[in-house]
Amino acid sequence: MASRVRVMPKKRNLELFMLLFGFGLYAFELAQVQLATIFILRPDAWFFWSLPVVAAFAFHIVLRLRASDADPLILPITFLLNSLGIVMIYRLDLVKSVSAIDKSVGERQVIWSVVAIVLAALVLFVVKSHLSFRRYIYISMALGVVLLILPLLPVIGKTVSGAHLWVNLGPLSFQPGELAKIALTIFFAGYLSSRREALAVVGRKTLGLRIPPARELGPIVFIWLASLAVLVLQRDLGTSLLYFGLFLVLIYVATGRVFYVLVGLVMFIAGALVASRLMSYVGGRLDGWLDPLNDANYAAVGGSYQIVQSMFGLAHGGLFGTGLGGGLPSIVPLAQSDFIISAIGEELGLVGLFAVLAMYMVLVSRALRIANAHADDFSKLLAVGLGFVIALQCFIVIGGVLRVVPLTGLTTPWLAAGGSSLVANWIIVALLLRLSDTLPKAGAVSE
Amino acid sequence: MTPEIKRVANVILLMFLALFVAASAMQVVNADSLNNDSRNQRAVYDGYKTERGSILVNNKPIAESIKTNDAYHYLRQYTGEQYSAITGFYSLYQGRTGLENFLDSSLRGDNSAQFFEQLNALFSGNPVTGASVELSIDEKVQQVAWDALGNKKGAVIAIEPSTGRILALVSKPGFDPNLLSTHNTSDASANYKKLLTDKGAPLINRAIGGGLYAPGSVFKLVVASAAFESGLYTPQSLLPNPRTYTLPGTSTQITNSGESSCGGAKTVSIATALKLSCNIPFAQLGIALGQEAIAKQAKEFGFGESITIPLKSTASVYPENMDDAQTGLSSFGQFDVRVSPLQMVMVSAAIANAGVEMKPYLVDQIFTSNLTLLEEAKPTELRRSITTSTAERIKQMMVAAVSSGVSSNAQIPGIKVAGKTGTAENGVGQPYTLWFTGFAPADNPQVAVAVVIEDGGGMGQSGRGNTLAAPIAKKVMQAVLQK
Repeated sequence: MASRVRVMPKKRNLELFMLLFGFGLYAFELAQVQLATIFILRPDAWFFWSLPVVAAFAFHIVLRLRASDADPLILPITFLLNSLGIVMIYRLDLVKSVSAIDKSVGERQVIWSVVAIVLAALVLFVVKSHLSFRRYIYISMALGVVLLILPLLPVIGKTVSGAHLWVNLGPLSFQPGELAKIALTIFFAGYLSSRREALAVVGRKTLGLRIPPARELGPIVFIWLASLAVLVLQRDLGTSLLYFGLFLVLIYVATGRVFYVLVGLVMFIAGALVASRLMSYVGGRLDGWLDPLNDANYAAVGGSYQIVQSMFGLAHGGLFGTGLGGGLPSIVPLAQSDFIISAIGEELGLVGLFAVLAMYMVLVSRALRIANAHADDFSKLLAVGLGFVIALQCFIVIGGVLRVVPLTGLTTPWLAAGGSSLVANWIIVALLLRLSDTLPKAGAVSE
Repeated sequence: MTPEIKRVANVILLMFLALFVAASAMQVVNADSLNNDSRNQRAVYDGYKTERGSILVNNKPIAESIKTNDAYHYLRQYTGEQYSAITGFYSLYQGRTGLENFLDSSLRGDNSAQFFEQLNALFSGNPVTGASVELSIDEKVQQVAWDALGNKKGAVIAIEPSTGRILALVSKPGFDPNLLSTHNTSDASANYKKLLTDKGAPLINRAIGGGLYAPGSVFKLVVASAAFESGLYTPQSLLPNPRTYTLPGTSTQITNSGESSCGGAKTVSIATALKLSCNIPFAQLGIALGQEAIAKQAKEFGFGESITIPLKSTASVYPENMDDAQTGLSSFGQFDVRVSPLQMVMVSAAIANAGVEMKPYLVDQIFTSNLTLLEEAKPTELRRSITTSTAERIKQMMVAAVSSGVSSNAQIPGIKVAGKTGTAENGVGQPYTLWFTGFAPADNPQVAVAVVIEDGGGMGQSGRGNTLAAPIAKKVMQAVLQK
């Protein structure tokens, strides 16, 4: 690192320029929301604007100091998503009825955003090179597993709408599954980069397929079992799908063998089908997914009421949306968390929704570019893993809202209300920035 | 690893493509049908932004939007309970029913006939004002029907036989739609809960068949029609007339109403049997005709068919695959025959209109806020239900039933009234369902009417169609004729 010659940080200037645009847009959004819902500009908009803006600006300075060659698009895009999320959450707070219990979700989201950005900056300070993670891959695995198990433990475990995803720590509750995805990505990348030869080459040929020996298949079976355990014990199909999908993609990228993907998919679908037979709530979810407008599914407890309200909201938004503050997204239950995308679709329209999806796509494509540009297996796998985890999480949760897949309980990265999700996803940002700063040749990531 | 990463990129591209397609489907392609779903409260909120059109009776609003200062801009206001079966209600959280639902697109100005106004609104920013609707209902007749039914559960429907215009449509108990249109949502939902659980089921529109009724003897009109249409019978055809009759293949004995002798002779003509409403001759007539012939006739009167007036009616039912005993029972309107008052008034109106059944309708005109006519009702023929001669024969029998038979309480001094009463049993110990259907004046019919009273009109098994339903029909017919 020290040996590299630092030139004028062009990338940082580009980043700053886009970031300033994001700050302005954020101010505009906040003003629009206040004027549309309470008809005046209130000074608390200052609080909502200044804290995340200062934090993001500070983060930008940290990048200038510690990762001046990092990708310039990642921070501005993440900021746009994060601030849009705060705006929607705050906007929903504003229209809550007098009797609503919790009207400060937006304020907490601001605080958590700042905390997450600070933690991400710390990661950049502490982690000089992501390659040092290779020494800790089994610790990462242990950490990931522990994080996954935490919500099942007595006393600290907490159940929210049927899913055991939370941990209570005094006044704070935390979803450790969000952090587990980082630990597990590091583990998968490390494990697979050291074993890729064995997994790819060894094995005898049966029916045209090269079947690896049982010893090498062990990890797949283990991850499969762990995913199903998450599904059955924590009753959370989304998280279980996320980890399993992440693992399949990484093992495919490491070995180039479609065999693993096919076997893995068959195993997962079989496991999920059996589980859905055994657990009634999954069946209800499926009915609500396939035929939400059916009166019986609509009226059923845990039925399609929520998704139908979200469909109404999206249809109400149409092509151009009602404008921020002009729609009625508060009708949809959980509009601030699981269904934030339907609130965005209603008020910003299909156009706005496409813009949000495009931002995610650009972000993911940056991660894949970083992966391509790195020479070593571990870096490649880590970057693909982090990028894919963002993509898959978007697909599972946004696809759930849009009825591409059954509804599960994941958070929409950077948009949805929730501290653990913000922290985890901002740490992913820090790791991607670190990965992009340590490319073998300067300029390998073309703009 | 590069080719693998490329393939992963393609998979990710596909995943996002799926999201783009799904979002487009929901927000653009299917948006109309989702926006029109009656469970969609957003349409209601949007609806409040425009001034919703009025529903008018004799040019006076029975439902109108009043300007308010709250977030919804307009409050829907109703004149009271007597039109609740027609207007239904328009609420924030309980959706909409009745004409408020079936005429929603016109009332909120979304009708395709208002295209140019909508276009203008798009550019000028002035919201479209909804179209108003003038009903065929006659205020006076409706009031008389409402009052005449008193506090009995049931329904009255009166139509003009030559056109199908509905002059009165009453269902009791009614409800005050203002209780549900209120913007105080906790009041509205409490009121809704109360109405839903009310034993009187006030939200049911009994006139068009929220539930259906056993018709009892009024169904004999259909059986007699089938007999004459078959060409095998005339009003003078004689039927066996025992005091009791054992249904074929069973040990069930039936008697005539009140165990009457039906004239006392060994045989009785169809005309007399209808006039005195005897069950035994009709059971035997029905068995002789066969269920196919009766089913065909019932279908030609509109059984098995739901119609929109534009409220949607429940189809009346003539059962299938009956044995002879069941055919016999159904021939005097028992067993599983089930009808709506709308269906029975259509039968009477078809007889009155020389056998031609007109499509009943509630809406005369739809016009914009600046009084441009958008739609005007044109009377339409549904079908010829019976021949002119059958219609004439049935009419004469119905006239006799009122003037000298068991439907005497519908007599109007100086006017020839045709009618038929019914008193349907609903099982052991259950109160009867009381009926009257008919028309007047018989030679130049101005009004056909059907009255149904549930729960024996509060008199258990001692109420009769002639004592309770016929006098109500009489008042309604008088109200039309005195106009």
